[in-house]
Amino acid sequence: MPTVGVKRDLLFKALGKTYTDEEFDELCFEFGLELDEITSEREIISREQGDSKASGASDVILYKIDVPANRYDLLCLEGLVRGLQVFKNKLEAPRYRRVSPVSGEPQKLFITKETAAVRPHAVAAVLRNITFTQERYDSFIELQDKLHQNICRKRSLVAIGTHDLDTISGPFTYTAKPPGDISFKPLNQTKEYTATQLMSLYKTDSHLKHYLHIIEDKPVYPIIYDSNGVVLSMPPIINGDHSKITLKTKNVFVECTATDLTKAKIVLDMMVTMFSEYCSQPFTVEEAEVVYPDGKTCKYPELAYRKEKLSSEFINQKVGINESTEKIAQLLTKMCLRSQATGVGDEIEVEIPPTRSDVIHACDIMEDAAMAYGFNNVPHTTPRTYTVANQFPLNKLTELLRQDLAAAGFTEALNFALCSEEDVADKLGKKISETRAVHISNPKTAEFQVARTTLLPGLLKTIASNRKMPLPLKLFEISDVVLKDETKDVGARNSRRFCAVYYNKSPGFEVIHGLLDRTMELLEVKSARVDGYHIQAAEDSTFFPGRCAEIFARGKSVGRLGVLHPDVINRFELTMPCSALEMDIEPFLGHTAETTLTHDVPMQEVIEHKFPTQDESLQAPSSRPTSTKTAFGDVSTAAGLKSLNDFLADKSYIEGFAASQADMAMFDAIPSAPCSTFCHLMRWYNHIKSFQRERASLPSAKSQFVLPATTSDASDDDIDLFGSDDEAESAEADRIKEQRLAEYAAKKSKKPALVAKSSILLDVKPWDDETNMAELEQCVRSVSMDGLLWGQSKLVPVGYGIKKLQIGCVVEDEKVGTDLLEEAITAFEDYVQSVDVAAFNKI
Amino acid sequence: ILKNNLGMADAGVAETLLRRIEKADGGVDSLEVASSLGVDHQVVVGAVKSLQALGDLISAEQRSSKRWELSEEGTEIAEQGSHEARVFGSIPLDGLAQSELMKLSFGKIGFSKAMSNKWIRLDKAHEGGPRIFRTVDSIQDQVREKLVLVQKGSSSQLEEKDRNELKKRKLLSEVTVKSYWITKGSSFSTTITKQETELTPDMIANGSWKEKKFKPYNFEAMGVAPDCGHLHPLMKVRTQFRQIFLEMGFTEMPTNNFIESSFWNFDSLFQPQQHPARDAHDTFFLSDPALAHEFPQDYLERVKKVHSEGGFGSQGYKYDWKIEEAQKNILRTHTTAVSARMLYKLAQQKFTPVKYFSIDRVFRNETLDATHLAEFHQIEGVVADYGLTLGDLIGILHQFFTKLGITKLRFKPAYNPYTEPSMEVFSYHEGLQKWVEVGNSGVFRPEMLLPMGLPEDVSVIAWGLSLERPTMIKYGINNIRELVGHKVNLQMVYDSPMCRLES
Repeated sequence: MPTVGVKRDLLFKALGKTYTDEEFDELCFEFGLELDEITSEREIISREQGDSKASGASDVILYKIDVPANRYDLLCLEGLVRGLQVFKNKLEAPRYRRVSPVSGEPQKLFITKETAAVRPHAVAAVLRNITFTQERYDSFIELQDKLHQNICRKRSLVAIGTHDLDTISGPFTYTAKPPGDISFKPLNQTKEYTATQLMSLYKTDSHLKHYLHIIEDKPVYPIIYDSNGVVLSMPPIINGDHSKITLKTKNVFVECTATDLTKAKIVLDMMVTMFSEYCSQPFTVEEAEVVYPDGKTCKYPELAYRKEKLSSEFINQKVGINESTEKIAQLLTKMCLRSQATGVGDEIEVEIPPTRSDVIHACDIMEDAAMAYGFNNVPHTTPRTYTVANQFPLNKLTELLRQDLAAAGFTEALNFALCSEEDVADKLGKKISETRAVHISNPKTAEFQVARTTLLPGLLKTIASNRKMPLPLKLFEISDVVLKDETKDVGARNSRRFCAVYYNKSPGFEVIHGLLDRTMELLEVKSARVDGYHIQAAEDSTFFPGRCAEIFARGKSVGRLGVLHPDVINRFELTMPCSALEMDIEPFLGHTAETTLTHDVPMQEVIEHKFPTQDESLQAPSSRPTSTKTAFGDVSTAAGLKSLNDFLADKSYIEGFAASQADMAMFDAIPSAPCSTFCHLMRWYNHIKSFQRERASLPSAKSQFVLPATTSDASDDDIDLFGSDDEAESAEADRIKEQRLAEYAAKKSKKPALVAKSSILLDVKPWDDETNMAELEQCVRSVSMDGLLWGQSKLVPVGYGIKKLQIGCVVEDEKVGTDLLEEAITAFEDYVQSVDVAAFNKI
Repeated sequence: ILKNNLGMADAGVAETLLRRIEKADGGVDSLEVASSLGVDHQVVVGAVKSLQALGDLISAEQRSSKRWELSEEGTEIAEQGSHEARVFGSIPLDGLAQSELMKLSFGKIGFSKAMSNKWIRLDKAHEGGPRIFRTVDSIQDQVREKLVLVQKGSSSQLEEKDRNELKKRKLLSEVTVKSYWITKGSSFSTTITKQETELTPDMIANGSWKEKKFKPYNFEAMGVAPDCGHLHPLMKVRTQFRQIFLEMGFTEMPTNNFIESSFWNFDSLFQPQQHPARDAHDTFFLSDPALAHEFPQDYLERVKKVHSEGGFGSQGYKYDWKIEEAQKNILRTHTTAVSARMLYKLAQQKFTPVKYFSIDRVFRNETLDATHLAEFHQIEGVVADYGLTLGDLIGILHQFFTKLGITKLRFKPAYNPYTEPSMEVFSYHEGLQKWVEVGNSGVFRPEMLLPMGLPEDVSVIAWGLSLERPTMIKYGINNIRELVGHKVNLQMVYDSPMCRLES
C-alpha cells in the first residue's frame, strides 16, 4: 500500500478546515485511507540517521497517509484534497479538458520503429502557463516518484519525464540507439556521458541502480531528442539536464514511455489532471500529438470520460440498503463519479472521470456507493444460506490422532514446511535426487531451498534447540510434506505424514515401536501380516544398520521406524541415541458417506451455463470429439485401451515416426489418462500430452484412426461407454440400453429432482494366488464412468492363499448399473476371474 | 519410621524428656534437662522440635535466661587449679629459685596472688639469688572451687561479689541462653507414636489407619507434573477456529496442496500478471517442477480474455496476458487459490449454495522479522449464495468475531484485486485503547466468478485472517519464532494453557 507524506498545515489549509489528529484519522478511515503516522522531517532523520544529523531539520508536522494501491488519484496532496473535498460536499469534482494550443500546431512526438526492440510506447501532453511554488514543485516531483513505484512497476512498465518546454523545441523524436551512440549531460551532472558510461556511473547510485536492469542488456537504449538534437531523457533511467524543471518553469512537456500502453495513458492522465490545477486555465491540458512509425497519429492525453448506466436496485441489492435513486446518485457524485437519475425507471447514469482508472466494473461503482453511504452504516444481516458442515476427512483424522498421540505422552512440535536441501538429504544420509523434493528457484536464504519431504529433520532440529530439557524427549508432528508427482496438474502433491521421535540415554526402539502399535490400535488396524500391519527389517541410510524396519499396512509399505544412524544424530548436533518413526496417514482414511472435496479440478468442463462468448466456435476444434471409437476398438473400455497398448508396444507414434494429428485425435479420444498397467500406452500418452501447445502445427494424419460417433449414440452417449464393434454384442448392448432407458424413464417420472445413488460392494476374484492383486486393483480403479466413484478396498482371503479384492463404490443409479460395472471389470481378463456384487445399498 | 522423624540417638532423649515432663510439676527447662542428662543442649532442642512435629504431645515456650560461663582461662583453672595454687604446688620444701619459677607459664601471675594470700615468702638475700619458700603446709584453692561450681551450672551458689571478681579476672562471662520451657500438650503421652507419611493398602485392610498419626502435608509445595504429552499452542488455536467454522455450518476445504500454479493462485482471481505480489520478492517460485501443465482449457481462455480484453461487464486490465506467466508453479501465497478451485468446481455442477472454510499454510518470500515468517497459517471463510449483500458479509463477520470474544468491530474500505467491495476489519482493543486490524474481507469480483461459470446472480463473500496473530496475542508471545519452528522452547509448549476463545 503506497504511503503519501503531506505537510499537515498545508493539507488543512487546502481543506479549509483544521482537524484534530483523531478527527482527521476518522475522516481517513471513512474514505478508505489510513493515517499511518504523524511525524516530522526531524523525527524521520533522527530515527534513521541519529539525532546529530537531525539538528536543523524541519519540525513541520507530516502526515503519512496510506492510500489504496489502485487509487493513483490520491497519491499527492492535490488529489487527496480534491477527493476529500468532493467527499465532504465542499467542492464539485472538476472537469478535465484537453485543449488545442492557442497558437496553432500541437507539440509532436515521433516514435521511430527502433523503439519496438526495447520500449515501444510513448504518450505526451503539455501543461501550459503553470505556476510552481516550492511546495507545488515538491509535490510534482513526489507524484512522479509515487507513480513510478506503483502503477509503473518501478519504471518497468512506464517511465515519466517532465521538461521545461521553453528550453527545448519540438517536434520531438522518440527513438532507440546503441548505448555507445548516445551522449548527453544527464540531470544534475556537469558533463556529458555516453549511455554506456552512465550505466556504470549509476551502478553505485542508491536510487537509480534499481532501474538499470530494465534496459541494461538491450542492444539499443530508448532516447528522446528535440528538433535540435537536445536529449530530453533516456527513459527509464534519467532525464537530460538541459530541459530540467525549475520553480520558474511556465510550460511543462510531459512524456511517458512504456512497455504497457494502457498504463502509460493512465499515468499521463494522472500527472496532468493533478497539476493542471495550477495552470492559468485550471484543469485544462494542452494536447500533444504522437506520430507512430507507420504514420498513424494519436492525440494525448486521452482524459476520457466513460459513461455507465446501472440501476439503483442493483446497488441497493448488492450493498444491502434501500435508498432512492436520487440518493444513490448523490452518493456516487460524492466519490467523484458524477451521477444522475435518467428518469427511466431507477436507472442512473454514472460518469467515470479519467482520474478513476480503478473503476472497471459496475461492482467498483457499487463499492463507491457503499463507501459514500458508510460501510459502518450498512445494516447487519445474516445470510440465510443453509448448509451442513463437513470436515475434510484427512484433517478430521489428523485432529483425532493428534489428541491421542498427546495422550500417549508425546508432545506436538510445529515445524516449517520449507527447509534446506541439506536438511532433507545430506543430513539424513540421502541424496537430494532421491528425495522427490520440489525446489524453490528464488530462495533468499538456504532455509528455503526445498519443501520438506520428511518431517524428521524438523523434529531433530527441535530437539537440538531443546537439549537443556529433561530427558526423555518425546515429540511428534502430523503435517504435510511435498513430493513431486507427475500425475498432478502442478507436478507435485502434499502427503500427510505422522512422525515421532524418542530421544534419551538409550535408543528406546521399544518406545517408538509401542507408539506404532498404539497408533495402529487407534486406527483399528490389527497386528497381522496379511490384513493388518506388520514391520519387517529394512535397509535405510538414515537408520543404524540392522535397526530399521519398514511398516506395512494391508500389504502396502506406509513408512519406516528404527534407531537413527549415529552420523545422522551427529549432523543434527545431538548427543544421545534416538529412535524415530515416520509414516503416511492417508492410507488410513476411512469410508465417508459424504462426497468428499478435493482440490483437483475437472480438466474437462461440464458446462451448464452458457456464456455469450463469440469465440466459442473457434474453440470447437480443440474440444474433444464425442466419439471414443477408434480403429483399436472403443478406447473408453479396457479392451480398447489394451489393444491400443499392444499396438504401441513397439511404436512411438500412431502413424509414422513423428507426432501427427493422428496422435492428437487418438489422444483426444481417450477419456482420461490411462492406468500404469498399460505401460506402453501410458508412455505414449504422456509424450503426446507434451505436444498439446503446438498441436495445431503438427502434420495431418494420413488415415483415420478415430471413428465418428454414430448417430444412434448421440442421444444418449453417456451410457454407451462400452459400445463395441462386434455386432452381436452391440445388439445385446442395445437391448440393455433400451431396458435401462425404460428404467430411467420410470425412475425419472417418480423422482424428478433427486439423483438416486447406491453404494455397491464388489467381490473381484483373481485367477490364482499368483495374480498381482495390486495391479488387479489398479485395473479395477481404472474403470471410470460418469456417475461412478470408487471407494475403499481391501483384500480378503478366500482360501489356498488366494485373496479376493473387495472394493466399494458409489454410483448414480441412472448412469451406472452393476451389469455395466461387472462387464467393465471382467474385461481385464488377464487378472479377473469373476465379479460378484457382495452388497448393494441405496443411499 | 521413627528413625525418619527422630535420629536414633535422639529418640532416647525424646523419651526421657517426656518422662521428665510427666513427673515435673508445671514443666521443665530444656537447659536443666540437658545438664542433668549430661548432653549438649542442642540435642534436647532437637528432641523438642521432633516432638512438636508429632502434634500436640508437648507444648514448648521459648524463654531466654542469663547464665555464667567459664572463659578459656577459667576452664583451664577449673581443670588445673588457679595460678597461685599451681605456684604453691610447684614449690618444693627446700624452696625454688625465683628465676626458675618465672620460667613457668603461670609463674608471674600466680606469684603475686600467692604472695598476697601469704602462702609463700621470698628470701631475697638467699645465697645464689632470691628464693621462694612455702609459708603454710597446705592451701585451699577457692578460686578453682568456685569455678568448678560455675562449670557444673551451679553459679547461683556463688556470691555476687565472688562472681564479679572472677568476671573481672576474665575467668567468667555472663551469656544469654535460649531454652524451652516444656509442658504437657493437649494430647500428652510418654510413648511416641510412629508418624505415617502415607495411607497404605495394609492400613485400609486392617483398619490401622484409625489409630495412626499422619504426617501433615505441605500444601505450599507444588505437585508432581503429570507424565503426558502436550499439543502445540498454535494447533490448539487452530482446533478452536475449526470448531467455530463447523458450528457455523462451514465445510472444510481440501487445502493439502502447497504447490500451486500462478494460474489458480493469481490469474483465476483476476490478479493481473504485473501485480507486485507476483514478484520474486514476494512469492516463492519453483525451479522443479517449474511449470503446471494442465488447465481447464475453456476456462483458461475466458480468464485470459477477462484480463486482456474485459468482458462480463468489465473493462479488463487491457494487457497482453501470457500463459507462460500463468503456468509458473509457486508455493501458494494464500489459501484463496483453493477457494478458486472449489468455486470453479462448484460452477461445473448445478449451483447449490455453499459455505467453505480452511486453515492452512501459505508462503511469502518476505523479509523476516519478529512478526513475519516465510510461512504462516491463513484462516479463510467463504459463502456463495444467490443475492448475498455487503450487509450479509458484515453480519457474518460480527457472528464470527463474537465467537472469538470480539464484539466491537468496524470496517474500513480497502483495496484487493479480487474483491470489490473490500473491507479491512478492525476491532477495538481494550488493552491498547485503540482500533487494531484483525482481518480482511470482501465480495469476490464478477471478473473472478463469471469466467468460472457461476450464475450471474450468485455472490460470494469471503474473509481471512492469520492464525499466528491471534495466537501470539492469546499466549502473550512477541516473537513469532518463539511460537513456530524448531527454535521454540518446549517448556512453552508444556506450559501453555488450553485455548478458550471467549472474552
